[in-house]
Amino acid sequence: MKTTTPRTRITWILITIVVAVYALFPVFSILATSFKEPSDLSNGKLLPTNWSGVNYEQILVGDAQELFLTSLRNSIGITLIATAVAVVLATLCAYAIARLDFPGKKLVLTTALAVSIFPVISIVTPLFNVWRTIGLYDTWLGLIIPYLSLTLPISIWTLAAFFRQIPWELEQAAQVDGATSWQAFRKAIVPLAAPGVFTTAIIAFFIAWNDFVYGISLTSTEAARPVPAALAFFTGASQFESPTGAISAAAIIVTIPVVLLVLGFQRQIVSGLTQGAVKG
Amino acid sequence: MASISLKNLVKKYDDGFPAVNDVSIDIADGEFVILVGPSGCGKSTLLRMIVGLEDITSGDLFIDDRRVNDKAPRDRNLAMVFQNYALYPHLTVFENIAFPLRLAKGKFREEEVQERVRAAATTLELTDHLERKPGNLSGGQRQRVAMGRAIVRQADAFLFDEPLSNLDAKLRGQMRAEISQMQRRLGTTSVNVTHDQTEAMTLGDRVAVLKKGELQQIASPRELYEQPVNLFVAGFIGSPSMNFLPATAEGTMLKTPIGDMEVPDALAAQAASREVVLLGIRPEYFEDASLVEESKLGRGTVFSAELSHTEWLGNEQYGYIHFEPSPEVKDLLDGLARDLDADELRPQVVVTLDAASRIRGGRTAELWLDTRRLHVFDPATGENLTRDAEAGAALTQEANRERAEEIERAGRDAAEAG
Repeated sequence: MKTTTPRTRITWILITIVVAVYALFPVFSILATSFKEPSDLSNGKLLPTNWSGVNYEQILVGDAQELFLTSLRNSIGITLIATAVAVVLATLCAYAIARLDFPGKKLVLTTALAVSIFPVISIVTPLFNVWRTIGLYDTWLGLIIPYLSLTLPISIWTLAAFFRQIPWELEQAAQVDGATSWQAFRKAIVPLAAPGVFTTAIIAFFIAWNDFVYGISLTSTEAARPVPAALAFFTGASQFESPTGAISAAAIIVTIPVVLLVLGFQRQIVSGLTQGAVKG
Repeated sequence: MASISLKNLVKKYDDGFPAVNDVSIDIADGEFVILVGPSGCGKSTLLRMIVGLEDITSGDLFIDDRRVNDKAPRDRNLAMVFQNYALYPHLTVFENIAFPLRLAKGKFREEEVQERVRAAATTLELTDHLERKPGNLSGGQRQRVAMGRAIVRQADAFLFDEPLSNLDAKLRGQMRAEISQMQRRLGTTSVNVTHDQTEAMTLGDRVAVLKKGELQQIASPRELYEQPVNLFVAGFIGSPSMNFLPATAEGTMLKTPIGDMEVPDALAAQAASREVVLLGIRPEYFEDASLVEESKLGRGTVFSAELSHTEWLGNEQYGYIHFEPSPEVKDLLDGLARDLDADELRPQVVVTLDAASRIRGGRTAELWLDTRRLHVFDPATGENLTRDAEAGAALTQEANRERAEEIERAGRDAAEAG
């Protein structure tokens, strides 16, 4: 262990506080706004004059209920499916890339990288036309497929890096112990890769969950519209009222699953699980 | 229990480099064979070819007369201990050892698995650690778990890939003894790869010395030590290693850089067959002339030389004599040093002296040399001109008899204990 002097400790604490405030203040601001009454929105203060749950009422049981809850359902469904498919495909792909020597291995990796840096906005218009023609417009599948193109490349890259860290001897040992290639993969490699798979899954989930461009362009009704897109369709109680409060409340609710996910998976992302496999 | 037979095995990589070149070894049932050589000699590759992790380019591999060239590792029924142990970090020690049994689905009932793992754990003194994860174990304990995984199923043979190289010196000696005893008790055919010649000499019934993918000599440790086939084997086996001195014959006198020596006729005749020969002298063939008994003096020759310095080790001491080799001989010795994985062979002679000797560095001293045990090497081919093949074979046969006796005795002890 490194010894830390009180001075460096204090410096670190200060830096941590600055970063935390910088990152969390907007969240707190939205949280505060979500509890403001419509008339209170432009009071110019950070905190509401009266803490009220009227915005939450509006989106969960009131006028905006239908718009918000169906889009929430869409978001959860589409994102979970896209994440699951991406993680399974990426696991197999990354394993092959890390372990096998086959022609075109480099090509797969560069293509994945190219796809991930390709600007989304430039493909969204052609995609809109194609989807409309083949009937995928405004469907779950119509969003899952583009989401895969966002989540797969990064999943493949992170998982491939993770698989490369796992000592090859483990797999060979399993094979000598009597395992088939598939058994060696399932019993020796997958359990070790679990932290990497969870990390990748979380990253993939966030990417799909936060998407706005595809969500707003490839949907038109509540059939498939995800929450980020739906927020734009919120209206105030009357046309003279801005929907800021409702949007803030919806944003807070949308943030909750993300926070829960991180807290829940934190236990799974145990670094150092591979320690002890080989002499370190 | 099985015999393993390697017939002209070749391993060529894609770039055409032969890592293993035409190696043939017959390993008898219950024998402990060591593959030894400097790094890059192909010994690990050879082991991995046996276990099936490396494809065989050409040649045949038989396990009990069954050709297994194209069999997957799991179909060869061999157990391997990896250099870095390759334990499954997510499983407990118990499950690590039980892993091969669990893979053989339906073959073992749960009670059987329990019983076998407990038995293996008892043998290896791991009973207290069965519920722990490998990450929390010491190096020696991990090593034991890896061995447990090997012995828990009745594998035909054990293959060890430098099993002790990750342990500290003290533990290494202890584990060496344990591996040796375990092998005798189980009587299982074993192959061990190592670059440590102490390990090779102490563990092996027979030792195969490899150089650049080619088998140099396979024989009992004693035969390797006393009747090496060539310069490489002679230089590789033994610590401190054999001294090589250029010599020219004049009658029964050999002229060497450290003095002229009277040698037996047979030796002189061999030395006379080449213009210059390399004389192979093990350090312990020398002795302080004043400490040699009268009766022994006549069996060797006495000469005087100046020792540059001595090292006293308690039970013996080493003396060093420097000499200036000619450029050709220096090139030859440097080449040999490269082959042996050393930086350079210092042009010096190491002599082992009795601890009581009062010879000190910087003084001219009378040294006695046992000339009967010298070897003469052809500097061009490295061939040992004075090798007595019959005497060598006799040594190896003796080792085989000893092995049979030891296995029998271990079996008897086990029967009595059981």
